[in-house]
Amino acid sequence: MKAKRTSLTTILKTTLIYIELIVVAVIIIYPLIWIVGSSFGSSKGLANASPIPDHTTLNNYIDLFRNTNFPIWYVNTLKVAAANMVFGVLLSTLGAYAFSRFKFKGKKASLLTMLILQMFPAFLTAIAVYMLFLNFGLLDSLTGLAIVGVAAQLPYNIWLLKGYIDNISMSFDEAALIDGASRTQIFIRIIMPLASPMLTFLAVLQFAAPWMDFILPRLLISSEEKKTVAIGLYSMISDQTKNEFTLFAAGSVIVAIPIAILYIVLQKYLINGLTAGGDKG
Amino acid sequence: MNNSNNKQTTPAWATGILSAIVWGGGQWLNRQYLKGLVFFLIGAGSLTAELTTGHYNDMSAGFRLRDNGGFFLKGLWGLVTLGTQPRKMGMSGLTPGDHSIVLMANGIIALFVILILVFFYVWNIRDAVMARRRMNESGIHQSSLQDMKQLWESMYAYIVLSPAALLTLFICILPIVFGVLIAFTDYSRSNTPPTKLVHWVGFDNFVTVTQVFSWMHTFLNVLLWTFVWAILATITTYFFGFFQAVLLNNSDVKLKKLWRSIYILPWAVPAMISALVFKSMFNGQFGPISQFLLDTGLTDERIYWFTDPNHTYLARILALLINLWLGFPYFMALIGGTLTTVSDSYYEAARMDGATSSQTFWKITFPIVYKATAPLLMLSFVSNFNNFGVIYFLTEGGPANPDYNFAGNTDLLITWLYKLTLDNRLYNMGAVMSIIVFLIVASFSLINLRKSKSLEEI
Repeated sequence: MKAKRTSLTTILKTTLIYIELIVVAVIIIYPLIWIVGSSFGSSKGLANASPIPDHTTLNNYIDLFRNTNFPIWYVNTLKVAAANMVFGVLLSTLGAYAFSRFKFKGKKASLLTMLILQMFPAFLTAIAVYMLFLNFGLLDSLTGLAIVGVAAQLPYNIWLLKGYIDNISMSFDEAALIDGASRTQIFIRIIMPLASPMLTFLAVLQFAAPWMDFILPRLLISSEEKKTVAIGLYSMISDQTKNEFTLFAAGSVIVAIPIAILYIVLQKYLINGLTAGGDKG
Repeated sequence: MNNSNNKQTTPAWATGILSAIVWGGGQWLNRQYLKGLVFFLIGAGSLTAELTTGHYNDMSAGFRLRDNGGFFLKGLWGLVTLGTQPRKMGMSGLTPGDHSIVLMANGIIALFVILILVFFYVWNIRDAVMARRRMNESGIHQSSLQDMKQLWESMYAYIVLSPAALLTLFICILPIVFGVLIAFTDYSRSNTPPTKLVHWVGFDNFVTVTQVFSWMHTFLNVLLWTFVWAILATITTYFFGFFQAVLLNNSDVKLKKLWRSIYILPWAVPAMISALVFKSMFNGQFGPISQFLLDTGLTDERIYWFTDPNHTYLARILALLINLWLGFPYFMALIGGTLTTVSDSYYEAARMDGATSSQTFWKITFPIVYKATAPLLMLSFVSNFNNFGVIYFLTEGGPANPDYNFAGNTDLLITWLYKLTLDNRLYNMGAVMSIIVFLIVASFSLINLRKSKSLEEI
């Protein structure tokens, strides 16, 4: 009798677990289906948006590419994201290599400075960056946007990578030194490959950031043809009178899908990277 | 090298003095011509920069920093005075006035460049003395190239770091210095250059924040809500993520990978898009949620979730719930990963002792996972404290609160700052608040840091 009761409670428990899993899954998926459905809807505007549109149409997407600057914004963001990724990863790896492998004067002070820099709210610097770029002619330019993107993340990235490289055994370096490798060669041939899981993590973050970075582009970019998707998409729904909700939906789907796939495919790297970041404070 | 037996050795201090007078002079005396040239060019270059950017050809009215100074001298003058003449409408049209903020920015840039130059200047003297001393002691002359090769070896770390350091110096540190200085000025929308001058006002803005009731009232309330938000947002996402991870870890659940991929979606979709989608869904006038509640007869009228000033808690609770949607997958993934590392032997032992499943959870699973994820909890607290995206895109700080200075009921300190500086152009007050936010965040981070070992490791 006892065995039967246990199995009954087990079945009950499993059922409850499945109910919970399904309920949460529905809550997760509904808003996403809703926005995808809205993007295929035939009627403009928010009031008629529904997850399963009455007349499925691609008009919103066609509209988005023909009648708005979305393609330009997309290419702009792609450029900034690529530059952000390449230079962000390169500079932070170089920095982390120096901090991890060499002893030099001012090392502790610089590491502490970078730690403190991470804690400043971005707004404190926003106006100053504006003034600075005004002076150097970098206002309203994608180069400027990429420079800030790289610089703003440098302190955090260097800290994160330093912790990771610290854990790579020095014996690899020493073996290479005996073989006559220079320190630059060691960096390229040994440190970079061994740190590649962390580099992947940083590369994904650096690439994904410009797509959703809002404050800096809004401040630094003024002309329509230099806008990034975050600004463009926001302007589509922040203006109550224009009623471009379905366009926004289509744009969001196009932006979100590649990034979502990237995250899901690379989730293992991302979780490892975040855990390592936590260990290092 | 051929001169190694030179009888009349030049004393080291003499090369130092020569380098102090002319950049690279000492190196020239040491016959390290290439190095001397590099130093000389740095010195001459900065002097040329000062001369060409200033107006040194026209000093008929005597030398005045405002009119004649170049990049360095006028920069410092601007930083100290913030300009002396506003733009005015004169007989012959607009007179060119001083733009205080541009002057201030230029001044800080000049100051930073001067600091770097001072560093090179001292190095130039030190290098001459050291090189001479080495030569005098060993009697062997070293050429520039040999010396520089040695330098490359000993300075490798600095050279590798220099691009990152320069970028950080000019794009991170310089703007922060600028921002901090703005807190001590009267730069705001009622006082914008070039028609008006900005002045140094000392601690006046800090006094205003603490003594003017409306500022203090807004600040304390926004601060309180920011704390409530950050604590609740962290706890809810952590525990729900934990719960979901434990459920998924149950051996009876099939298709784990599929479930996990679904739950990870809110993390994978850019948060700004999700927040804007929720904003549209909960739009009071046109949104489907209000419509649904109305159609099913659950409510008599449309609910204005984020704009109804009579139901401020509705907006706050909803923002927390949506943040839970956005935030739990991260902790679920993280804790799911940690759970797989917990050794089965613990559970075996617990089963032998006849522990119930809730005992097993609270005595074994929770402490192990908590220990592994505690530093990330603090990190999450700090990022929730400064969670601009969720609040700004979801509620824009609404519902509006007439008792607050430029803030709504769901505004966090960080979104309030955004409104103060970028929407309302109260730059000085924004800067004061930024400093306060920094102090709060920094103290939390430091507590966290003291617990972890990373500081000792440096």
